[in-house]
Amino acid sequence: MEITTNLTGERIKKYLSQGKRFDGRKENEFREIKIEKDISKNAEGSVRVNIGKTEVLVGVKLGIGEPYPDSPEKGNLMTTAELLPLSSPRFESGPPKFPAIELARVIDRGIRESKYIDFDKLCIKKGEKVWTVFVDIYTINDDGNLFDAAGIGAITALKNAKMPKYDEETGKILFGEWTDEKVPLSDGTPISITAHKIGDRFIIDPTREEEDVSEVRITAGISNGIISSMQKGNSESLSMEDMDKILDLLEKTERELFKKLEKFLK
Amino acid sequence: MSKEFKRQDGRKPNEMRRPISAKVGVVPNADGSAMYCSGKTIAIAAVYGPKKMHPQHSQNPEKGTLRCTYNMLSFSVADRIRPGPNRRSTEISKITEWALEPVVMLDKYPNRVVDVYIHMIQADAGTRCAGINAAAMALAHAGIPMKNIVSSIAAGKLDKTVVLDLDKYEDSEFKEGEGSTDIPMTFTPDGKLTHIQVDGHISKEQLKEAMNMAREACKEIYEVQKQALKEIKE
Repeated sequence: MEITTNLTGERIKKYLSQGKRFDGRKENEFREIKIEKDISKNAEGSVRVNIGKTEVLVGVKLGIGEPYPDSPEKGNLMTTAELLPLSSPRFESGPPKFPAIELARVIDRGIRESKYIDFDKLCIKKGEKVWTVFVDIYTINDDGNLFDAAGIGAITALKNAKMPKYDEETGKILFGEWTDEKVPLSDGTPISITAHKIGDRFIIDPTREEEDVSEVRITAGISNGIISSMQKGNSESLSMEDMDKILDLLEKTERELFKKLEKFLK
Repeated sequence: MSKEFKRQDGRKPNEMRRPISAKVGVVPNADGSAMYCSGKTIAIAAVYGPKKMHPQHSQNPEKGTLRCTYNMLSFSVADRIRPGPNRRSTEISKITEWALEPVVMLDKYPNRVVDVYIHMIQADAGTRCAGINAAAMALAHAGIPMKNIVSSIAAGKLDKTVVLDLDKYEDSEFKEGEGSTDIPMTFTPDGKLTHIQVDGHISKEQLKEAMNMAREACKEIYEVQKQALKEIKE
């Protein structure tokens, strides 16, 4: 299970060329998505996301920090991701390596660029004190498509996150006590969707094996058809026609996925 | 000893937090995995191996190595902790290895390693014990040769009263009288101690009392672990 053999890879491609996948899904079909809220009570918001056998935990914590000099009236966002060795024989302990850094940054940009969080409302004192929103992603089982699982986890965890109480006199957060307020968010929810090119076919939500033979990966943060972030991965090139197909696929998938997620985003 | 000592959450001195629950097979990729919940503390553990030990200079040609990694998720506690290892987690990782090694039989796996990854999803004191309980089940689930599993719980002392299974408040905020003493312990089912730590101050007599209390409690935990292992469906 550690590596996907060439033989398996060729079989995946051969099947796909006939529009078929090993698990019988259509090219643009997600595996079953399960979302469980409030999985960790000390977090301001937390969720468990399962996409098929892939599982991630996402937690939101709030902290107090200094604003950046170029945005003295805006709160901060910090996204981290850890590919826990617990979740796959491929992941090792140690400082984050590129895949974890990339995952965190792609999710970070999806949230940031879409202006999902209303940072203007997270200012406590101009130029001195602002809220920092921490979005922490942990993988529990990697069976492909961690990007979308993490993206879905991030938006649902944020949507469910409550603001902790803040003591103005001491300038400290009263952890464990929450206000009725939610973390301020905008309406446009950025949904992370990743498309892969395998042979001359395009699929979404790859399993681990499919991801291994993917030639190109495109992750986009989309909200109501508006793309706010995008990242291409892997070293193959894409023709313009390919790109058109991917954009169509992403747009169509976003609508379907949003319907599935709607009840968790209220 | 004062009989009327009241614990904040209304428990009797020898009463552990409830519910306690266990589940095996929570990480499909792993060779073995388990979850253990006690009160508000939730731990998961996954086992990979035996596999070749890297780096090579860490290999032991005599027998296999048990390598545990304990970690708290950043959002598992009220005040977010920085992700990654720290001195506390490094120590607990080693303690966990010592607690488990007496029952794990790795003589037939020279130069190999069994990795146990333990993560706290939600923390409310007693995390190392919950981690050890989950790890023991995960090792059994992975089919690692073992003499038996181990069970772990903390006993302690609040002011003058010996109590079982301190919660977060009792562990870190209780200040009355003699204050709070925390004694995490791990036992084999035949009552042998594989791990003990003491934090606080306690007499020899009361320590013995605490040990007996924990040993009794471990019998119940053992049944929960065993039941979870019987319920594996794959």
